[in-house]
Amino acid sequence: MPSEGVTVVVGPSGSGKSTLLRCCNRLEVPTDGRVLFRGDDVAGLDPLRLRRRVGMVFQRPTPFPSTVRDNFRVAEPSITELAASRVLEQVGLEPGFLDRFATELSGGEAQRICLARTLATGPEVVLMDEVTSSVDPVQRAGLEDLARSLSSRGVAVLWVTHDLAQMRRIADHVLVVIDGRIAHASSIVALEADATPSVRSFLTEAI
Amino acid sequence: MNDIGWSGLALSLLFVLVAIVLSLWKRLGLERSIAWAAARAAAQLIAIGLLLRVLLEPGVSILWAWLWVAVMIVIASLTVRSRAPEVPGLLRLALLAFGCSAALTLGVLFGLGVFELNVRTLIPLAGLMVGNSLAATVLVGRRLVEELRDKRDEVEARLALGQPAHEAAQPYVRAALRTALIPQIETTKAVGLVVLPGAMTGLILAGVSPLDAVLVQASVMYLVLGSVATTTTVVALGVQRRLFTPDHRLLPIRSAPSGR
Repeated sequence: MPSEGVTVVVGPSGSGKSTLLRCCNRLEVPTDGRVLFRGDDVAGLDPLRLRRRVGMVFQRPTPFPSTVRDNFRVAEPSITELAASRVLEQVGLEPGFLDRFATELSGGEAQRICLARTLATGPEVVLMDEVTSSVDPVQRAGLEDLARSLSSRGVAVLWVTHDLAQMRRIADHVLVVIDGRIAHASSIVALEADATPSVRSFLTEAI
Repeated sequence: MNDIGWSGLALSLLFVLVAIVLSLWKRLGLERSIAWAAARAAAQLIAIGLLLRVLLEPGVSILWAWLWVAVMIVIASLTVRSRAPEVPGLLRLALLAFGCSAALTLGVLFGLGVFELNVRTLIPLAGLMVGNSLAATVLVGRRLVEELRDKRDEVEARLALGQPAHEAAQPYVRAALRTALIPQIETTKAVGLVVLPGAMTGLILAGVSPLDAVLVQASVMYLVLGSVATTTTVVALGVQRRLFTPDHRLLPIRSAPSGR
């Protein structure tokens, strides 16, 4: 898996996309095989430190029932006002959001707060698990832009989706997962040319 | 001393009859249950009374009373487990919780000389401790499992931010403990105004002066409060340990059996 850019993980539902993601920050442990991060088996790393280097945003927004500032403090207890407004800015929100109650935000805003919260830990990689599935099309486009801008700032993004149009919009690299196995891995450019028949049939049928 | 005797007990069966008549009249279908419950209560209490009479004979070793306490703790723990089967490892946790609570409460009551340690005091006080903390012990276990199951996304989001398991669990442990403790606090507040509690009522009926009865009752209320706090904390921390792995993952949680 490339260590930069936006890598999109696609595959039929139930194929193991989310599980693959959850193995990357050790919310789950693989029954077989290993996950390497920068050459180290993640099973040998301190899970708490690993999770701060490999952040995660979930399918449904998970705001904690408190202010946005308190949400950031869960990620970084000693976060300064300046740092807090900076991560808000990175997700395209005004500093005024710091005092808003996180559970009263719209789905899209809440999802941005969850991303900002993750960015507060200064991750090298952000895992995004179908983060646009519960937001409207405008917010979806916004989150896609955020993924692109994160990768341009050197934060690698691993983005799970079953939406192939979305994949084409944001991917630098593509992983196709079918039946719990990686059926294909390449750059988006080489996708059509290199695809095996089973991958090709997934790519055409899924549309 | 008031002594109602066997004839008094027989007359009080009239109340059971009232309940049975109601059930028949309104076709509740509960008459058999009521009769069975009444018969069981009488049999159990008479058995306990006879056993206590033997134990209270002069010269009986206090070890028998301690054995009684141990049996009560085991039965209470089995009851806790059967009422909250979805909580993993609850039998061992309940045994530990009641054990800790017994050590604390009985240690204070007898260690500081609030009551004199003998068969006559040990059994009822331990019984009050176990009996009154049972509901809260069940409640805290059920509630914590429910919180961690229903808010799994939130808990995992905390873990994903690098919070260790005990920190990630804290808001849910706190909510469960509050839920379990608040009823006991409310009962403690309302005592004397709304309810005349059992220990005091019993003493007064048996002819003890009301003020002496009240002093005993107050110390019993505090005993129960301390006991509830102890058992619920032990169970909450135990469930937390049980549901998270040492590498800070939240294990899958099975659902509560339906129909309860």
